[in-house]
Amino acid sequence: MSANDFLLGGFAPAPESTDHFEIKKSYDLFIGGKWVKAAKRFETTNPATGEVLSEVALAGKKEVNQAVKAARKAYGEVWSKLSGAERGKYLFRIARLLQERAREFAVVESMDGGKPIRESRDVDVPLAAAHFFYHAGWADKLAYAFPGAGVSPIGVVGQVIPWNFPLLMAAWKIAPALACGNTVVLKPAETTPLTALKLAELFEDAGLPAGVVNIITGAGETGKALVEHPYVDKVAFTGSTAVGKEIRRSVAGTGKKFTLELGGKAANIVFEDAAVNEAVEGIVNGIFFNQGHVCCAGSRLFVQESIADTVIKKLKKRMESLVVGNPLDKNTDVGAINSVEQLERIKELVKAGKEEGACIWQPSGGLPRKGNWFKPTLFTECAQSHRIVQEEIFGPVLVIQTFRNPQEALTKANNTPYGLSGGVWTDKGSKIFKMTAGLNAGVVWANTFNKFDPTSPFGGYKESGIGREGGLHGLSAYCNLSH
Amino acid sequence: MSHLGIPKTYKLFIGGKFPRTESGRILEVRGPTGEFLANASRASRKDFRNAVVAARKASGGWAKSTAYLKGQILYRIAEILDGRSDQFVNELVGQGLPETKARTDVSEAVDLLVHYAGWSDKYQALFSTVNPVASPHFNFSTPEPVGVVGIIAPRRGSLPELVSAIAPALVGGNAVVALAGESALTAISFAEVLATSDVPGGIVNILTGHRDELVPEFAKHMDVNAVLLCSDDADERKIAELEAVENLKRMSLQPDRSLSPSPYHILDFQEIKTTWHPVGV
Amino acid sequence: MSALKLAVTMLDVTTLEGADSVGKVRQMCQKAMRPLPGDPSVGPAAAVCVYPRMVKTAAKAVEGSKVKVAAVATQFPSGQMRLKERLAEVRYAVGEGADEIDMVISRGQFLQGEYRAIYDEVAACKECCGEARLKVILETGELTTYDNVRYASDMAMSAGADFIKTSTGKVPIAATLPVTLVMLQAIEDFYERTGRMVGMKPAGGISNAKLALQYLVMVREVLGPKWLDNDWFRFGASSLTNDLLMQIRKQETGRYQSGDYFSQD
Repeated sequence: MSANDFLLGGFAPAPESTDHFEIKKSYDLFIGGKWVKAAKRFETTNPATGEVLSEVALAGKKEVNQAVKAARKAYGEVWSKLSGAERGKYLFRIARLLQERAREFAVVESMDGGKPIRESRDVDVPLAAAHFFYHAGWADKLAYAFPGAGVSPIGVVGQVIPWNFPLLMAAWKIAPALACGNTVVLKPAETTPLTALKLAELFEDAGLPAGVVNIITGAGETGKALVEHPYVDKVAFTGSTAVGKEIRRSVAGTGKKFTLELGGKAANIVFEDAAVNEAVEGIVNGIFFNQGHVCCAGSRLFVQESIADTVIKKLKKRMESLVVGNPLDKNTDVGAINSVEQLERIKELVKAGKEEGACIWQPSGGLPRKGNWFKPTLFTECAQSHRIVQEEIFGPVLVIQTFRNPQEALTKANNTPYGLSGGVWTDKGSKIFKMTAGLNAGVVWANTFNKFDPTSPFGGYKESGIGREGGLHGLSAYCNLSH
Repeated sequence: MSHLGIPKTYKLFIGGKFPRTESGRILEVRGPTGEFLANASRASRKDFRNAVVAARKASGGWAKSTAYLKGQILYRIAEILDGRSDQFVNELVGQGLPETKARTDVSEAVDLLVHYAGWSDKYQALFSTVNPVASPHFNFSTPEPVGVVGIIAPRRGSLPELVSAIAPALVGGNAVVALAGESALTAISFAEVLATSDVPGGIVNILTGHRDELVPEFAKHMDVNAVLLCSDDADERKIAELEAVENLKRMSLQPDRSLSPSPYHILDFQEIKTTWHPVGV
Repeated sequence: MSALKLAVTMLDVTTLEGADSVGKVRQMCQKAMRPLPGDPSVGPAAAVCVYPRMVKTAAKAVEGSKVKVAAVATQFPSGQMRLKERLAEVRYAVGEGADEIDMVISRGQFLQGEYRAIYDEVAACKECCGEARLKVILETGELTTYDNVRYASDMAMSAGADFIKTSTGKVPIAATLPVTLVMLQAIEDFYERTGRMVGMKPAGGISNAKLALQYLVMVREVLGPKWLDNDWFRFGASSLTNDLLMQIRKQETGRYQSGDYFSQD
């Protein structure tokens, strides 16, 4: 072995082991505490390799109805009769079990969805466990959360979640719903059912009463049937703005409560008095974390013109050192694109960007041959009116524009129907607060990006959604208040 | 062949360790029919002094630890206590308590710990504010732990009484020196639970001893920031209040029984800090 | 494995004790030249690092090998003395045979805001070094903030430093990954501006091989492979040596090692 390997070659492989747990060959639906078969089935694959991981059930209208009925029964006969403290104890158990099986969940998440193991291990799974812990503590304290208002559960909650943070989104939905006394029917995304199914196994281990949480795998039609079911009292959806609008149309006039967490096109604003090297890390984290499959991704960089060249040069250098590859390798920075469909969408928009005259740049180096991959990409010479600046790409693609002064940055940043998140980089405190006050976004990160915590409310302005998740503010979505 | 038992030595709990009292004195504990049970340590003012030193040393780290970690640790205490319920029940029954009462006591104590564990990352949301001042400033108020809290637990000293007195100050980020009630053995067994629950040494210190000797010491010490006194005795309260004046200790006077679970007991041992910063370019 | 062996060649094997004697220094130099007896593919270390009084002994002991002699000077570790005497120390050490000088900046003056004095003392030491290369110890644990570390780094490099180094190893807080990152960023920006390479030496607190490899990865990702050479990167460590050797053996044999099988000099 030559002494120069470390200097010239890539890093030695550091694969996470996959031999200490089981992914079953097939999974059924988890309804009323039992595993229920469905007539139709479909496969879930590993987007990095194409390998089939398992075969899961496709819930049709019949099964959706079964699940909602089970949730209703569990609500009326068991869950609504428990004290808050007892509900809390179930949630504590779930949190603990998730901590204990953390590694298994992280590996399965990476295999099913494509995200790097470092992210699923260090971000997704710990945050998911923390969400259960946090909400476990609220279950017997709701009287303090709403001064002057009476609190009661809503009933049965129908929840539809996306493929970008499958386990974390399940935790964000299930934990507060249960803490507030509701029962749940949850449909995970079509391409990432596995961690939700394993969660169901975990609920069994925790002794959660049958029917309190029901997991029904399926595709768009399953979600539609769930949302439209007359016995679902509240709908929670995280996904694209387009589907969010459809859901809102279908609940109009029904009296169903709903919360939506939709798309975004966040502005990440870097001022000339920012700590530049740190800002570059923040930009990279903002758009390449989870391959850019993040609703709150910092997908539009606004860099002050006076430092634009410096920042872009450093950004390109940093992008050259990003490792794109096997999600299960601990060296990997950027994993696989979740599906062929998503890859095509990214490619289409990138093509549009080139055709509209923006200037594309990608780091050197190749991509693995099998699987769905896209290189971290940036576009310079972008204009406000370019498709790549207007539309959410949901991939590792950054568009860059310059600005001259704070007001211009704010105007351009806010000039979008979205309003989920934003970032500000400056060393000057007063400027931070001026910018964060002026940005029309539900989450603003100053000198950091993509930070999440169960105590910190998350959600969007405008077409990025309605409602908040997490924190004190996230509880009201799952309660009926009388005042 | 029956097993000849090994009676446990009940010492004090200071700085994460179990030292004997430096005074060499004992509290004799006898059962309901006068049979000898154990000699607990009768803490002196020097033991109390040492406990305050240990608490102060540990308090900075505990205050800075994340709310999440504090919640995890309190939940862990509950886990360990729940797992050891039989030990506690036997110890209480041995001292004359009916078994059903002993079981209720232990499960009440466990539930209190779980309850307060859940407050660790929520009381801040209740008790903080962003203040809409009339000048262009970002202005916010947040609670911070006072530091070292002396706790005189309710006199009877049952497990739930002791836990209800300690948990709020603890989950709020304070280091605690507690004078247990008369149920000395239960208090020290509880200290064993603390010692095996990932609680950093010095964060909770437990002394067993005589109230009339030690209450004034708790109230006098210049490096104790606050005191919780569970007492119905008017004289005892007055003495404590007078002694506390010298370093303007915060005093929380509560009745001589279990504290009801409430976030306001956490607030009792918090200071409110308000920060201003200009908004502008 | 290649990173582990590379790390060994980047060691500045160090002894800086009041009790250092000729015997102690000679034995340490042996270790630096042949860290793993019977395996010539491992080592030698980059340099030995000693007090000025021990330079002659060290130079004689490593004569004929590739190991360099580095001397701490300028009233190490505190730097609390007049510049005149501190420069005399540098000249003395160079005269005794030092290839490299590890100087300390005056943290007291830095914290007093006398930044010009820092620039001047580095420039003056560089002049006294002659052919010897100058490493400038910032003592980041006493500068405390990242902004201070960055500022001191920039000044030291402008004044002619060949290496910037984190610590003396004599205060509680020594090298950390974040502080090293700040210094690597400073080196990178300086290189962009001037075209001149400056080396990096994290010292103190790097006690195991795994951590050492994390430092190497950081250097590779921030500065690039050009800096992965003992002309431009050093570890200031003592206990790291044996852990690197143990890890190399473990990679070869598959067995976790025991300290009994490696010399403790």
